Amino acid sequence: MLRFTIRRLLQMIPTVIVVALLIFVIFSVVPGSFAASLIADGRADADPALLARLNREFGLDKPLYERFAQYLYDIARFDLGTSFRTRQPVVDLIEARIWASLKLAVAAMAFAAAFGVPLGFIAALRPGSLLDTSTMIGAVSGLSMPQFWLGLLLMYVFALQLGWLPSFGYGDGGLLHLILPAITLGLTPLALLARTTRAGVLDVLNADFIRTAHSKGMSNARVVRWHVARNALVLIVTTVGLQFGSLMGQAVVIEKLFSWPGIGSLLVDSVAVRDIPTVQGTILVIVLWFLCINTLIDLVYAAIDPRIKQG
Amino acid sequence: MLRALMLTGLLAAGTTAGALAQTPQRGGTLNFTAPYGTSFSTLDVHATPSVQDDIFASAIHRSLYRWDAARNEPVLELATEVNVSADGTVFTYKLRPNAVFHHGKPLTADDVIWTYQRVANPANAFPGARYLANIKGVAEYADGKATTISGLRKIDDHTLEITFVGPVNPGFTLMRGTLAIYPSDIGGTPEFATKPVGLGPFRFVEHVPGSQAVVERFDRYYKEGRPYLDRINLVIMGDASARDVAFRNREIDVSILGPAQYQAYLADPALKEHVLEVAEVFTRNIGFNLSYKPFTDRRVRQAINHAINSPLIIQRLARNKAYPATSWLPLSAPPFDKDAVPYAYDPAKARTLLAEAGYANGFEFEVNATPNESWGVPIVEAIIPMLAQVGIKVRPRPVESAVHAELVTKGEFQAYIWSNATGPDPLSALQCFYSKTPRTACNYTGFNNPEFDKLFEAAQAERDPAKQTDLLRQANNLIQQEAPVWFFNYNKAVMAYQPWLHGLQPNATEMALQNYEDLWIDSTAPASRR
Repeated sequence: MLRFTIRRLLQMIPTVIVVALLIFVIFSVVPGSFAASLIADGRADADPALLARLNREFGLDKPLYERFAQYLYDIARFDLGTSFRTRQPVVDLIEARIWASLKLAVAAMAFAAAFGVPLGFIAALRPGSLLDTSTMIGAVSGLSMPQFWLGLLLMYVFALQLGWLPSFGYGDGGLLHLILPAITLGLTPLALLARTTRAGVLDVLNADFIRTAHSKGMSNARVVRWHVARNALVLIVTTVGLQFGSLMGQAVVIEKLFSWPGIGSLLVDSVAVRDIPTVQGTILVIVLWFLCINTLIDLVYAAIDPRIKQG
Repeated sequence: MLRALMLTGLLAAGTTAGALAQTPQRGGTLNFTAPYGTSFSTLDVHATPSVQDDIFASAIHRSLYRWDAARNEPVLELATEVNVSADGTVFTYKLRPNAVFHHGKPLTADDVIWTYQRVANPANAFPGARYLANIKGVAEYADGKATTISGLRKIDDHTLEITFVGPVNPGFTLMRGTLAIYPSDIGGTPEFATKPVGLGPFRFVEHVPGSQAVVERFDRYYKEGRPYLDRINLVIMGDASARDVAFRNREIDVSILGPAQYQAYLADPALKEHVLEVAEVFTRNIGFNLSYKPFTDRRVRQAINHAINSPLIIQRLARNKAYPATSWLPLSAPPFDKDAVPYAYDPAKARTLLAEAGYANGFEFEVNATPNESWGVPIVEAIIPMLAQVGIKVRPRPVESAVHAELVTKGEFQAYIWSNATGPDPLSALQCFYSKTPRTACNYTGFNNPEFDKLFEAAQAERDPAKQTDLLRQANNLIQQEAPVWFFNYNKAVMAYQPWLHGLQPNATEMALQNYEDLWIDSTAPASRR
């Protein structure tokens, strides 16, 4: 298991390097600049002197290969550079927001898993029942509902009409402010989990070894717990992992809607003003997060199904 | 009799309530919104030109001058008096003796000099450097030929002399938030960027990036009895719908409204009484590239102005949240000509003008446009059928906002649609049409007109304000005639506020920038604000 873990961790390194290259290349060729973004709203006039100073200050007047060499050198030293926009180290900007992002992603995923998996499981055990039909209708609606609209709807009901929860903000970081954004963000993965779980469980229920287990005289509860659950788990874990990994980047709409201080909105803001060091740093962090989750999932697989370890 | 008594009683009660409403009350918390984006970019206001950051910084900081919304002009803020030399170039300021930074250091002339040198320092590449460019010695300092700025001289701790390269009204530039005075002892330290210290009425408490910043009353503020509020939560809310819910839920005290919400609020009896409107100093326009073939002919540009039904677009798309534009300078600018009339919607005249210019069969052009609802692609789409009527085919060319300005300053466009600041200083607004202003500065259309240049130069040299205003009025009228742009509209800024909030100012330079020290809330506010 240790060798497997080390191998998976080492495999992350080339991925990170390729991603870093891609980000650099993309942002070197896309049009637009930080200096231009400063006057984008027309509130200030263009200033050629400022443009020249900014380019010099940020090293944008240097040739591309020199900038690329510098970028690689900095990454190797775990230095993500200095933000154009805030003139603070990118690491500090990310650090100030990453915990809020993690908190939101974990809460949303916990909500999704806590409801999605049991709902899918129960639906699969009673296919065609009222519960099954309503769960699947709910899941399809959940998947097709724009998060933005759902967020506003929840705000309208729970904040404006009922007055139970605050409609926006991080507050003191407590649970109360977390509920609405987490539910809004968690509903799509919940729906997907319910559907996947149902399909996975149904698949296993029709397998030969389940019939064998039943014919051995095993009780229904034991069959479900020992055979069905364990075998359906691989699919469920995969879905949870993929969803969990992408939540951090996906949360940007929710962050904007609820004024939640996550790194999704940091990324989008930075792209809009071409704050390249922050964009590069934030994407790297999101990619790392995704890779870590994936690796973790692989390790969980190996624990569930020993065949995977050898493959 | 009974009715008369009741009426008297009601009247008396009404008067009392009115009087109560007018006497400012101390204390309370204000939930103010920062609507332009999903974060504050930086707490170091020298590094940023954005209004969003100013919304935060103006609570903490003060500049040498400030904008007085009621008088519609810049006024002295950190100085009690100023003496101007006969030639109008040397200004001697008496700084406020009782102004103290939040960490206890009293304000001295050294702080002002240190601040201006920090902003002008080329290594910092700060956007405010341009506002100091007319101070003597700044050019040498920026080029590295001098280690100090010769035009800044400390006479004593509370007396500062500033020498300008020519006669100016320094209020328009030195009032900028990005020239806020920092304490010279700790101003440039890395901690300062996360825990700013200023001279303003409120001191910094905390910042949750992407969510909110909190400031608290500074007890040693230099104005007796100010500020009224104990605390302000500056809540970042870039999304208009979320702001709407929070406002109706009484969680926030002000909300900047977009066109759709403006109409919804006006239609709601509970909300319409508390909507503040102001004609802001922004002119929405389509700028023509004056070296691009059909636009070299003035008649073509005038024809486009006649061919578009601006009032209709303002009514339908902008939902009356704008004023039709006559020329470049906005309604509040002193040189604005009250007798001037906007281009009339007259397709027949437009066709005649086009025929005279040799374009009887029309022509095609494209307009660079961002997705902005008030001055972007939707507006260009609205003019397509109107211009088609006179034979002109127009296409929007969608661009991202960080690309838009880059293409315009490089001259890579046939036409562009934009919103441009046209105030508060009319002289610098019209400088954008002066032939010596390059396109990379703000002469985006590439305007070059000797008659205009003569008027502008005369206005620049004129020291009598009335005469200067008259020259600028003529220059502005000439711009209307020459039509280097399609004059679309002047923005109407609209802010909804809760009934318990008082002291808001109709700030024409930017409605969201409020002088927080004048704001106060009365006892009808929800418990969370008292």
